[in-house]
Amino acid sequence: MDTPLLSINGLTKAYPGVVANDSVSFDIGESEIHALLGENGAGKSTLVKMIYGLVQPDNGTMTMRGAGYTPSKPSEARQSGVAMVFQHFSLFDALDVAENVALGMETPPPMRDLARQIREVSETYGLPLDPSRTVGTLSAGERQRVEIIRCLLQDPKLLIMDEPTSVLTPQEVDILFETLRKLKAEGTSILYISHKLEEIRALCDHATILRLGKNVGTCTPSETTAREMAEMMVGSSFAAPQAQNKVLGNVLLSVKGLSQPAPGSFGTPLREIGFDLRAGEVLGIGGVAGNGQDELLAALSGERLSETGMVRLKGSDVSRMGPNARREAGLLSGPEERLGHAAAPDMSLIENGVLTASRRMGLLSNGFISWGKSRAFAEDVIERFDVRTPGPHVAARALSGGNLQKFVVGREIVQTPDVLVVNQPTWGVDAAAAAFIRQSLLDLAAQGSAVLVISQDLDELMEVSDRFGALNEGRLSSIRPVTELDIEQIGLMMGGAHDMEVAHVDG
Amino acid sequence: MDFGSINPALLIASIMISATPILLAAIGEMVVEKAGVLNLGVEGMMITGAVVGFAVAVTLTSPGFGFVAAAFAGAALSLVFALLTQFLLSNQVATGLGLTLAGLGLSSLIGKPYEGMKSPPMPKLDIPVLSDLPIVGRMLFSHDAMVYVSLLLVVAVWAFLKYTRAGLILRAVGESHDSAHALGYKVIPIRIAAILFGGACAGMGGAYLSLVRVPQWTEGMTAGAGWIALAIVVFASWRAGRVAVGAYLFGGVTVLQLNLQAAGANVPVSLLSASPYIITILVLVIISARGVHGAPASLGRSFHATH
Repeated sequence: MDTPLLSINGLTKAYPGVVANDSVSFDIGESEIHALLGENGAGKSTLVKMIYGLVQPDNGTMTMRGAGYTPSKPSEARQSGVAMVFQHFSLFDALDVAENVALGMETPPPMRDLARQIREVSETYGLPLDPSRTVGTLSAGERQRVEIIRCLLQDPKLLIMDEPTSVLTPQEVDILFETLRKLKAEGTSILYISHKLEEIRALCDHATILRLGKNVGTCTPSETTAREMAEMMVGSSFAAPQAQNKVLGNVLLSVKGLSQPAPGSFGTPLREIGFDLRAGEVLGIGGVAGNGQDELLAALSGERLSETGMVRLKGSDVSRMGPNARREAGLLSGPEERLGHAAAPDMSLIENGVLTASRRMGLLSNGFISWGKSRAFAEDVIERFDVRTPGPHVAARALSGGNLQKFVVGREIVQTPDVLVVNQPTWGVDAAAAAFIRQSLLDLAAQGSAVLVISQDLDELMEVSDRFGALNEGRLSSIRPVTELDIEQIGLMMGGAHDMEVAHVDG
Repeated sequence: MDFGSINPALLIASIMISATPILLAAIGEMVVEKAGVLNLGVEGMMITGAVVGFAVAVTLTSPGFGFVAAAFAGAALSLVFALLTQFLLSNQVATGLGLTLAGLGLSSLIGKPYEGMKSPPMPKLDIPVLSDLPIVGRMLFSHDAMVYVSLLLVVAVWAFLKYTRAGLILRAVGESHDSAHALGYKVIPIRIAAILFGGACAGMGGAYLSLVRVPQWTEGMTAGAGWIALAIVVFASWRAGRVAVGAYLFGGVTVLQLNLQAAGANVPVSLLSASPYIITILVLVIISARGVHGAPASLGRSFHATH
């Protein structure tokens, strides 16, 4: 093999209490799309930050085309030809596209030339973009284009992409893959970070798998099954959720003509949403972020009241009831944002349990909180959902994202609701915990509850749902059984298939 | 009532004098806020600048050195704010309020020996041709240098923020410090530089009060000018041009109502005294009622790098 583009040798980085990377070594060849796979906390981000100069390794070396490579800050990495597209976009909403691009470049040309270059590159690579648009008004896919074009204008030798497809529709993913293949053909190497295994199999030449900070193996994705790669990531085999045979019961939740104005300038109005949800059923609602998911959850949970007759629970109208009344009636919900919305960050798990379960689980007596029962409830959730925590007295903030997610979803499931509405139940959770949460949702439905799952992860929705609908600009598509759908149709449903108006995305 | 006693040329000239201290403080604070920092200590930095500038000008009989010293004094006080908020991550609102109280106390301590003294006069610029123009010359072109410095500063800040890369980076830090950090920009040093600039401007604004406008030292002489500067920044939607409009409007109405009081207008005095505040805020609210308000998205948030 020729000299690799970037060779990583024994990189080690330790933080107090945790070794993020433990002598990781691998090579990225010229014109290669190299996948970096691993669960949350496996050390992917730390590794990438070392390559991009944001973090300095404690030990180990990197060489680029045979020469030493030790970036001490991102601008040095950029000068050496390393560019990065961030997972959480590094964009500035109030600035326009050209200004955002200029901020990521070492020596940007004058603005007028830059605008012209942006147009040229965006046309060459099939990523249309107007340099004078304000970034805050762009859709998630367009925002990502800004980042990619920012990188491409610097003629990178190595392009790092951190979970680039998590916010895209299937059609946008296809466009992105075309662009990446074109770049590869022109000699650019790409380090592609993801935990979507099918994507990696379709796109990447080689894959390096990290587990607990160590390189646990490399493979050629096109010759390895997704299951094998998943097991390398997790370190053991895990069970994919099993849907039971369904016997659907009565309609538990009925929504008709649900319309609401947008809650703020970056929000989405809900338009004429209607569906029925039966006992034992899981309804999946997909869509690109910012198309009304949060607003729909708020309308169903009772955070925002709707007009009389729009939301009915077990036949009775709950449209004008607040969240507590709806909880008592059997409609529970778990919002997307774990810290600050689903859980109060500085309160203990016991207190967070009381916040949603006080009435349904009888944790109150004469208006006073019974701390004994509350503690028992929190311990029950921790036990049943395998929440890793020193105990129920720990503040919610102190838990890792995946563990807190298990707690906030588990807290609702333990209350055995008649109807459960969850938004992004496995967001940022590793594969094993995600599989567990999905199984719990299926089990809940099997016990006769109705479950509504709002998610941006299509694989997840296909796995758990009986029927599927998509939100687009606050409208809900027609709802269809998942067995009748293919990825093409889902993409059209998510795109609204009526016009190409750009959705507002909350940055 | 005698409106004839109001001389338009003198009126305009005194409006410019009246607006300059607020304009200086406001344009400095605007840069600070554009970098994402809310420094409520403008009043404290102004009055510190006023007393230090006055003391140095009297001691050296040089108003020019007075302004330089005032800029350093304001910057020094803002450095305390910078250290507390940027390194020790203290709350910006509480720290800013504390800075105002500290500045007021410190200034009356320093100023005690200088009470009742008169400051050395600030030379008026004599611009060839322009100053000799009838009426207009006296109205616009016969002021001291600081009036023009403040106006140049507005233009410079506008051009800096709009056209330079450094200005773009400063705005980026104020919009999203996390994104700016991810791209490798040094958030904290940039913010400290902005805070120091704001402190220097506020100090000079204060010195303009004690050296030109009044011109002597009295305790608490800023009388809320710093707070007006803060309000003008907000209602001007963080735009340099509107900050100038706001400052001149406030200065203008202040002078006008004083003239009206002197001319014996048939309006309650308290209403006239309140009018600059009411009219300035009203006009700026109307200007900014439409469209984006443009508050920097990271305004007032502490930045702590985690990686």
